[in-house]
Amino acid sequence: MSMVIITINGKEFSAKTGEMVVDVARKNGIYIPTLCNMEGVIPQGSCRICTCLIDGRTMAACTTPVSHRMNVETNNAELEKIRTTIVELLFAEGNHYCPTCERSGNCDLQALAYRFNVLVSQFKQIFPTRNVDAKNPKILIDHNRCIQCKRCIRRMGGSGKPAWFSFKDRGHKVKVNIDHELTADFTDEMAQKAMDTCPVGAILKKEKGFDVPIGRRKYDTEPIGTEIEKEGAKL
Amino acid sequence: MSKPVVATTSLAGCFGCHMSLLDIDERILDLIELVEFNKSPIDDIKTFTKECDIGIIEGGCCNSENVHVLKEFRKHCKTLVVIGECGRTGGLPAMRNNNASITECLEEAYLNCVSVQANDEKIIPNDDELPMILDRVYPCNEVVKIDYFLPGCAPRADLIWNALVALVTGDEMNLPYEVVKYD
Repeated sequence: MSMVIITINGKEFSAKTGEMVVDVARKNGIYIPTLCNMEGVIPQGSCRICTCLIDGRTMAACTTPVSHRMNVETNNAELEKIRTTIVELLFAEGNHYCPTCERSGNCDLQALAYRFNVLVSQFKQIFPTRNVDAKNPKILIDHNRCIQCKRCIRRMGGSGKPAWFSFKDRGHKVKVNIDHELTADFTDEMAQKAMDTCPVGAILKKEKGFDVPIGRRKYDTEPIGTEIEKEGAKL
Repeated sequence: MSKPVVATTSLAGCFGCHMSLLDIDERILDLIELVEFNKSPIDDIKTFTKECDIGIIEGGCCNSENVHVLKEFRKHCKTLVVIGECGRTGGLPAMRNNNASITECLEEAYLNCVSVQANDEKIIPNDDELPMILDRVYPCNEVVKIDYFLPGCAPRADLIWNALVALVTGDEMNLPYEVVKYD
């Protein structure tokens, strides 16, 4: 595999051809905010939170493969504004009642809002009518909180394995559908994996929740991406 | 120079944000030195007796009374600060917005709920004296212009304290990561 040299925020790094910009940045301790992207899952670039300035153009860093002498700028005032606007839109689009959510404090969408210091959404909330699917014995799906990132669809099942999750309907009515027959014998491990795959509180493992006290949850004291940035400081 | 005047109210909230305001502990003595309270449940002044500098609002609008009070606050206060999730996003009362009609809400509250015991005549209160319930719960910024928002359920006492002191002294608002939370 051939190597290329790319510049991220003025510093040069070597990367393998075919690697995505977001992964190269992560390995080198530079945090690019992501939401629909997950390490080890085929990227799709739908949420655009990872939008960076790549060779002068705004591109999704999770679906842009590196090329020789590529120049990437991961953060500036305009990019921060784009990202903040996306987070505000996602909050306005769904029914995100943080105080009632089991995922609060461990939620990626909420953590991004904290990182960007969103005090209020500039958009009027839609309050869409959505339901909760709790038929599965191990997990429940709360469509109110789903951001349609497709992480569950891409990570759970697929590529030869039966698809446990899939999209149903189209446009603004699109929602994640769970195959109740295939998931009837879901184990605790599979339920946990499904819950961990969801960046928000849309997929929850049953009989679990609020088990970590406020103050000790993932994003209570440090913003999302701090781990990556700490690694970067060591390099 | 006279002290800045502060008014507070709880609309469609649970008074948790006011509890959090009291949670500033002994700093409440400093607060009394810094500001004067006007209309507020804290001092039990029911109506505005003078123009205020800062209005602190807890809760969104779920009935006509809430809308009336909020508009009064906008009229009498130079700066309006919404504290808490209910005022900022509608919060928990707004959970009725997406899956229940007013009829369903009232029937659940007065007829069908398991804790309803002595309503044999199946009465849903409907007196002229009672405020009308709105079609849905409105965050405060959908009713009047709001100047500042402090998130949290309830907002951390330090967040309210920092914001209030900054507003009164004119210093820059210090919002540490640990205190800006949505829950």
